[in-house]
Amino acid sequence: MKKENHFITPDQLKFCLKESLVKLNPKTMARNPIMFTVLISTSIMFIISILVLFGYKNQGSFVYNFLVFSILLITILFANFAEAIAEARGKAQAESLRKTREETPAKKIVDGKIINISSSLLKKGDIFECSIGDIIPSDGEIVEGIASIDESAITGESAPVIREAGGDKTSVTGGTKVLSDHIIVRVTAQPGESFLDKMIALVEGASRQKSPNEIALTILLSGFTLVFVIVCVTLKPFADYTGTTITIASLVSLFVCLIPTTIGGLLSAIGIAGMDRALRANVITKSGKAVETAGDIDTLLLDKTGTITIGNRKATNFYAINSNNLNEFIDACILASISDQTPEGKSIVELGRNQGFIADQSALIGCKWIEFSAQTKCSGVELRNGVTIVKGAMEAICQIIESNNKVFPNYAREISHKIAENGGTPLVLAMDNDVMGVIELQDIIKPGIQDRFERLRKMGVKTVMVTGDNALTAQYIANKAGVDDFIAEAKPEDKMEYIRNEQSNGKLVAMMGDGTNDAPALAQADVGVAMNSGTQAAKEAGNMVDLDNDPTKLIEIVEIGKQLLMTRGTLTTFSIANDVAKYFAIVPALFMSSIPALKALNVMNLSSPESAILSAVIFNALIIPALIPLALKGVQYKPIGASAILRRNLFIYGLGGAIVPFIGIKLIDMAIATIL
Amino acid sequence: MKTEIIGLLLQIGLTIMLSYPLGYYISKVYKGEKTFLDFLSPIENMFYRICRIDPKEKMNWKIFLITLLTVNFVWFFWGIILLVAQGVLPLNPDGNPSQSISQAFNTSISFMVNCNLQHYSGESGLTYFTQLFVIMLFQFITAATGMSAFAAMLKGMSAKTTHNLGNFWVYLIKSVTRILLPLSLIVGFLIIIGGVPMSFEGKQTLTTLEGQEQTISQGPVAAVVAIKQLGTNGGGFYGANSAHPLENPSYFTNMIEGIAIMLLPMAFIWTLGFYIKKHRFALGIFLVMLLPYLSSVSIAVGQEMRGNPKIEEMGISQHSGSMEGKEIRIGAGATALWAMSTTVTSNGSVNGMHDSLTPLSGMLAILNMQVNCWFGGVGVGFMNYYIFIIIAVFLSGLMVGRTPEFLGKKIEAKEMKIAIIITLLHPFLILCGTAIASYLAVSDPQLASAWLANPSFHGLSEMFYEFTSSSANNGSGFEGLGDNTNFWNISTGIVLIISRYLPIIGQIAIVGLLASKKYIPESAGTLKTDTSTFALMTFVVIIIIAALAFFPALTLGPIAEYLNL
Repeated sequence: MKKENHFITPDQLKFCLKESLVKLNPKTMARNPIMFTVLISTSIMFIISILVLFGYKNQGSFVYNFLVFSILLITILFANFAEAIAEARGKAQAESLRKTREETPAKKIVDGKIINISSSLLKKGDIFECSIGDIIPSDGEIVEGIASIDESAITGESAPVIREAGGDKTSVTGGTKVLSDHIIVRVTAQPGESFLDKMIALVEGASRQKSPNEIALTILLSGFTLVFVIVCVTLKPFADYTGTTITIASLVSLFVCLIPTTIGGLLSAIGIAGMDRALRANVITKSGKAVETAGDIDTLLLDKTGTITIGNRKATNFYAINSNNLNEFIDACILASISDQTPEGKSIVELGRNQGFIADQSALIGCKWIEFSAQTKCSGVELRNGVTIVKGAMEAICQIIESNNKVFPNYAREISHKIAENGGTPLVLAMDNDVMGVIELQDIIKPGIQDRFERLRKMGVKTVMVTGDNALTAQYIANKAGVDDFIAEAKPEDKMEYIRNEQSNGKLVAMMGDGTNDAPALAQADVGVAMNSGTQAAKEAGNMVDLDNDPTKLIEIVEIGKQLLMTRGTLTTFSIANDVAKYFAIVPALFMSSIPALKALNVMNLSSPESAILSAVIFNALIIPALIPLALKGVQYKPIGASAILRRNLFIYGLGGAIVPFIGIKLIDMAIATIL
Repeated sequence: MKTEIIGLLLQIGLTIMLSYPLGYYISKVYKGEKTFLDFLSPIENMFYRICRIDPKEKMNWKIFLITLLTVNFVWFFWGIILLVAQGVLPLNPDGNPSQSISQAFNTSISFMVNCNLQHYSGESGLTYFTQLFVIMLFQFITAATGMSAFAAMLKGMSAKTTHNLGNFWVYLIKSVTRILLPLSLIVGFLIIIGGVPMSFEGKQTLTTLEGQEQTISQGPVAAVVAIKQLGTNGGGFYGANSAHPLENPSYFTNMIEGIAIMLLPMAFIWTLGFYIKKHRFALGIFLVMLLPYLSSVSIAVGQEMRGNPKIEEMGISQHSGSMEGKEIRIGAGATALWAMSTTVTSNGSVNGMHDSLTPLSGMLAILNMQVNCWFGGVGVGFMNYYIFIIIAVFLSGLMVGRTPEFLGKKIEAKEMKIAIIITLLHPFLILCGTAIASYLAVSDPQLASAWLANPSFHGLSEMFYEFTSSSANNGSGFEGLGDNTNFWNISTGIVLIISRYLPIIGQIAIVGLLASKKYIPESAGTLKTDTSTFALMTFVVIIIIAALAFFPALTLGPIAEYLNL
């Protein structure tokens, strides 16, 4: 996917401006109690302005009242604009994904016959066919065949991926291209109901629900708003009693400035931006809540393979017992592995091919495969001429050889030992009970993964490696990669068990998975990220889908979640801290003319009561668009420990929030003073 | 002047020193651990048996609250009946009459809610019987009610996951037998040595130096005064409270009574640390409370000792400070200290007239009550602070990128809703009450002159103070306000009830809800609440909420008055 680098396009801008006005609809505004009170205040000021125009006395000039009204209106528009921008950006991101899959021809199979229809007519359960060069018309599951597929339209990754029927890599995504072979696919989603469609709806607001934290924050902010309703309403009788006159414009301005409009105006934008950031990381979230929960994750379950190590164990070296026999040995290795569908077997063939050895197809005719069995613990081939080649763990081969009264060579033992010491797995190969050599299999730990785990540890996230290896190998790799815990010889039930156990201790668990047997664990985990290549069951069970199929994506998701919460927290703090300065601007202005002694409170030395009030409301309005970029980008998360983050954010947004408006209001006042 | 300040420092220092071991002792009492007063167990068990209480019954937060409220309701009628019948009951050597029903209603409510707003004078409005079995009894049991709620809170906070907040009856009885009674005996004994009367004889008549006859009221004063100070009650034996020479005869008794005001509220913060085993957390809270207390004390002491410039202009020397409404034997400094102590805690006893405080001291007294959690009332002080902790935890939790948790429990919408209602309640009651009073005063100037001794800013302060004092369950009066009218009796009565019970209900509900939640172990990403940063955060939250809510009103009252000085 193309990453959008520019902040906003002219088209989006036009859309957002229109949307800001559309959102003035009181029904829409009522979703946000804080801005709704601003709307009411604006309406009051509108009525007052009109009344003043027709001769209502003691409320100041029409121009002043109308200015206050206009600025309040602009404040609301700015808030609407912030939400519109967030929506527009999120939508643009999602649309660019959706565009890839619109209106492609589909070869639907009906009663064994192929009918050409448009992709939009495909329904859930339909079967279609794709051959070389076809664009896959819809999300689906391969029911027959194997193909290499170019998913770059979605993931941006140019290397093709293999998808095949049966197993864990059955999913294909609409908009991707078949590069080779032929597959038959069953449609898994109704048109308009794919994950992407759901995500777009989520961003657009129709189905957007407030997340638990957002609800709690809204309660807090509504509380603050209510306090100021009380403060401003009761101020009127107080002023009357002490013989001070207050204009309605001043009271309304005081109210609007004091309520947390900054965070109130940006709140929904922050939420949408969180989902948008996830989408930018190529993760489709099924709800805003999932992103938020990701920030709270305590335990992260990671598959060893593909996350901590690169792929599966790979053959890295051939060691022949007799160095003159190396070619023969490698040939034998390939022959013994060619039907071995395990990743290790495949990697042996691959390593051989890389060294210029290709299996002699003629030798394979009429041969018998020796499948891996629990008794023999080895696999191999019996050739037509009766020669048997077996490969397996050292102990297994040793046993076979010794039972045939032959000697297991010491050299093979030495090599095996050396390989094991380096965290590798030795695989001994014997032909007709003669040891020919040892194959070295190695787990390759991804570069930089230790740093990422260190980062997670500082965030307070415990990492758990899940692997099918035995405990010793698992321990070795766990130590080397720096994970906190591991599950060795893991069966799907073990994952489930581990997640349940952690959860019963009050922890939130995230995991990533792709296979159908991962589905229960994905559903059980608080954050379950399914790989896009995974089975439909896995995708349904999780609450996010990663388009890149990148297991380390979880780390990014956790950071996105934390950023989301932090952005809300810091902007709330900023918004409330702003009130101090606004008080010092407005309160003296309210009473200065009646009680001259209160001039002493005018610490900013603002030029006149009117200009003080106007400066405060203008500042209050301007701060919203000024903070839109921060709301959309999110406050930067640094894994420096909770207390250090709190200190840092309190300093920047708390203290900053207290100081900035003093400067801002003073500057605006100076500008107003020169104009008037 | 120097000795005056040394006296003040000594008093504050002594209080802090004494509060620490006392806090440790109280934590043991509430945990049910062994203490040296265990020999009282048979007496307590006798109470349980007589009242058919099962001391082992576990209460969840709802049952706990129902029990608390029910018994308070019963006490309310007990109070009214005795006050109405006091004229015919024994221990009435002066032959004082029964209270009218409306007055009894007011008195009973005011003492039941631990506020002790007094619309009568003890000398003539009560008998020794009601002094002891209504006033003093209530001063014990209502203080113990707040302490029991606090004990339940401790229980809820320390457990990992529980529905059990402990047994209200056990907390109540132990608060009295193990904490309030022994301390009252000590304080009572000390002030008796200092000259406070303790007798059941009637008024004494004496001939003054001028040759005139004067009758001097006396009675079981020391007993009432001790618990009045210790239980943040504040309702004095005499109408003039601790400004009365027999309630507070000397600088020595003033110091003892002053220490008694702050002792338990301070000790409870240490108790918190010992009980939930988080000493740094408790220390942080203690310092957050101590700092504004000391600041307000230094400002008030400075203001009062400097004197009033307006009076100085009239040619009256102010070298011993602003002495209007103060007692010579106590002095300006010690009166200022008392004024701050009695308002940071919800005590409400006075040793001078708050109406005569200089504007800034008056404002601080109001502000202290508006915050209502710089140490605060016995037990309930921390409970008020707890609400601010919840809000601070929520904000700072978000700021560190995690769903906010406090002591391993997630704070969600439900708790937030309750916390916000409780936070809103205080400004709502104070501002709306004062607004209604102001409105009435504006629309009927005659009414205003009947109510208020002063017009304009100071008049506003007087009304503002009365509602603040009621809502904070403080009970002190700014005076200068004719408060024995229907409007003030009814309006403050309503405020009293709401402001006492709603917060307790809300706070216990939050604790109960949180206690029953799943416990989340701490990780590196968890917000630590025992750091100085978090303490600062809570402080800022309290200041901002209180300041934001009350700043405009304060501007029109004491601030305008000060700037016009």
